[in-house]
Amino acid sequence: MSAFLRLEGLVKRFDGIVAVDHVSLAIERGEMLALLGPSGSGKTTTLRLLAGFETPDEGRVLVEGEDVTGVTPVSRRFGMVFQHYALFPHLDVRANVAFGLESLGVRGPDLDRRVDRALTLVDLEGFGGRRIGQLSGGQQQRVALARALAPEPRVLLLDEPLSNLDPTLRERTRREIRDVIRRVGITTVLVTHEQDEAFELGDRVAVMRAGRLEQVGTPDELYGAPANLFVGGFVGRSSTADVTVLGPSARGVRITLDGVEWEVETADHPLPAPGRALMLVRPEALRITPLDLGAVPATITARRFVGPSAIYTARTDGGAILEVAAPPRAVPAGARVGLMPSRRVGGGIHLFPPAQP
Amino acid sequence: MTAPPRGRLLAAVLLAGLLWLVAYPLILVLLEGLRDPSGWTLRYVRLFFERPTEWRALWGSLWTSVASVVLAGAIGIPLAFLFARFDLPGGRVLGGLVALPAVLPPLVGVLAFLFLYGETGFVSLLVQRVLGLADPPWRLQGAGAILLVHAYSMYVYFYLFLRAALQSLDASLYEAAASLGAGRWRTLRRVVLPQLYPALGGAALLTFMTALASFSAPYIFGGGFRVMPTQIVATRLNGDDRLAMVETISLTLVALVALWVFRGARPREGAAGGRKGAGPARRSVRSRPLRVGLAVLGWGLAGVLLLPHLTLLLVSFVPLGTWTTEPVPPAYTLRNYVTLIQDPVRIRPLLNSLWLATLATAAAVAIALAAALLSVRGRVRGARLIETLLALPWAVPGTVFAIALATAFSVRAPWAGRVILVGTLWILPLAYLVRNLPITSRAILAGVRALDPSLDEAAATLGAGRSRTLRRITLPLLRPALLAGASLAFVTAFGDFVTSIMLYTYDTRPISLEILSSLRQADVGVAAAYGVVLMLVSAAVFAIGAERGGGG
Repeated sequence: MSAFLRLEGLVKRFDGIVAVDHVSLAIERGEMLALLGPSGSGKTTTLRLLAGFETPDEGRVLVEGEDVTGVTPVSRRFGMVFQHYALFPHLDVRANVAFGLESLGVRGPDLDRRVDRALTLVDLEGFGGRRIGQLSGGQQQRVALARALAPEPRVLLLDEPLSNLDPTLRERTRREIRDVIRRVGITTVLVTHEQDEAFELGDRVAVMRAGRLEQVGTPDELYGAPANLFVGGFVGRSSTADVTVLGPSARGVRITLDGVEWEVETADHPLPAPGRALMLVRPEALRITPLDLGAVPATITARRFVGPSAIYTARTDGGAILEVAAPPRAVPAGARVGLMPSRRVGGGIHLFPPAQP
Repeated sequence: MTAPPRGRLLAAVLLAGLLWLVAYPLILVLLEGLRDPSGWTLRYVRLFFERPTEWRALWGSLWTSVASVVLAGAIGIPLAFLFARFDLPGGRVLGGLVALPAVLPPLVGVLAFLFLYGETGFVSLLVQRVLGLADPPWRLQGAGAILLVHAYSMYVYFYLFLRAALQSLDASLYEAAASLGAGRWRTLRRVVLPQLYPALGGAALLTFMTALASFSAPYIFGGGFRVMPTQIVATRLNGDDRLAMVETISLTLVALVALWVFRGARPREGAAGGRKGAGPARRSVRSRPLRVGLAVLGWGLAGVLLLPHLTLLLVSFVPLGTWTTEPVPPAYTLRNYVTLIQDPVRIRPLLNSLWLATLATAAAVAIALAAALLSVRGRVRGARLIETLLALPWAVPGTVFAIALATAFSVRAPWAGRVILVGTLWILPLAYLVRNLPITSRAILAGVRALDPSLDEAAATLGAGRSRTLRRITLPLLRPALLAGASLAFVTAFGDFVTSIMLYTYDTRPISLEILSSLRQADVGVAAAYGVVLMLVSAAVFAIGAERGGGG
């Protein structure tokens, strides 16, 4: 009851196909929640259920305890920024921003003042007379944001807000959006398939797959303790290999990879049962060593530069393909090396039951 | 959002109305052709098959339509290539002038050809004088005359369709073909032509259907040569109503077969989808003699194409009874235009055509808009059927619809949905409306489809209800499509001859009928003046529609 915005067991089917499957979420006042998932995961449908464009087959949407499930988008007072902005092309910037306020009956000097305030908020003062076609993509984005925020909606919804921008513009616009929303302090739900976007904009991130919520948590939690193989693989860089779990050890778990025994630290709860398992490992959780005892023998097959370090692709003699982070000139491609868990980084290795799809 | 009850109600009303206006009259014609007062009979069908004149008329319709396609293509296709691919001196102006036959309503075009190439036409007399002949060098009559008019008025379809297609070709296609070692001919044959097939097919279909339905040229120039539309009117004048219905059915069947043959080649107006990449650059002609030659050829051609318009204008200044055998009229006056405006009997047809066309256009736009919004946005059941009914009159020649409406609405049988409209003020606007539904709804449907549905959703999240969204967002954005649809509808209705001649009353006689009667009274000046008015209004309305529709 305490949450500002609640989704309770939302279900939506299209022609018998379940697009949203029992999604429940509680979002605090002023929180930014990112719905993250691949295309077809149901994140956009969830957003449209929130906006009222779709009616759920089951479940409810509550704002401050008030059930708004049957309320039309017109009277729901949720602001929305659309993927392609949906700015009214025949109206100028000012008329676009004023549109929602006029619906509320705001007129005259009050209207002017509030439109100006919204334009100032997104750093577009003086752009009121421009036509939409004269604006750059980034400017259109900000007009869409100003238009959505001007009527002071209860909740702000963003549908893939950055997907239409050049990669170079994206990062800057992302920060601008975050700053504006923080300043306004509005409760926000955004949809994205970009992990970077979700992690930078979301206080918490809800990972969706096939209509279901896989995990909800802060970026730290998702990265450090993925609930399952899908979340682990979708969030951040990782590789997987078949391993055998031998049992618990002093600092974590004992496993074997290609017959070599490793002792790995893991934050997973509960600890995996002994037997076959799937290991998900971050590049920084492995290190390249000489071919010593305790190291898994492997051949470096490729090297890619990523900022200050490089990502090496290594093929173990047992056939597993693993990615390892190391300094750019550590070893040449084709080198024979050993692989070991990195001692400096705690975690970064997660074990999941093997049957998991 | 599924359709609210109001949307479903509107859809039901619309569907019922269209079934009543579009489908029902056609079905009645089909049934009436197989009946007489005593019951079902195949007598009229047998009569149709037994009379060689019927066969000759049907065959005449068919071969003149095919020949019209060939001739129109032979003129329009080279012109389109010429203007789309070469940078000619004055090419922009010429490229526009070439489309000018489009502003001549069918009957007006025929009128102009009569003044130009008829027995006492300018060109005929000129040739006669130059060669020192005793008689006119030719008679503007029969199939040849019809084909001449068709070629002149219908090559525009090929020209416009193909030019648009050529301009929307991606230039990188040419470059890709060249980089793969294809020569100019291979590129044309293997890369360019296949992409032009839809445009060519669309133009061919449109030309065939227009030629098949053509009435003005065969009516004025046909003489002993009959095509089905003129045959139908003649049969009806003889009082053989049921035979006329069988003829109507035969003409409809030919039209349907043509549609089936050309299936997949739907005429598309304008470039609906955004093109990718830049269009191919026009090649500039460098050789100086060639440039001069092409320029002379181009302007000469434009002159020939504009002759009908100029002739009409010239003749409209000829006072009654002053022009007999002189090659050029001896006297000129503005009196014809003054008469047109001051004589209450003369101005009546102008006002009639104006209000008839306005009413029919307004109704067509309203119906098309409601149908388009319901069908694209409303997710209403029956939307497909509504769209089909809207497009149906296109497949049926105008004569057929005139007969169908005359049949359906000349009987008082309210329980069967039949009321007497024939002989009243209402039958003509109704006929124009039905004939205009396809062009209007095609333009408006395309406009509604091109609207981003998230604009509606954006308006909703900003608290705007249905009517405010319609007023402030949807209608302003649809303005180009609405204007384009309205202008096409208005021009067609304003110059209509084929349906009018069968359904008009003295009180609703439109311009076209008045042109015909002026011509019969040898009052060529007034006939031409009416023609000029028709031409100028059509051109102005087209310009409004194109300007708003083309920009942005």
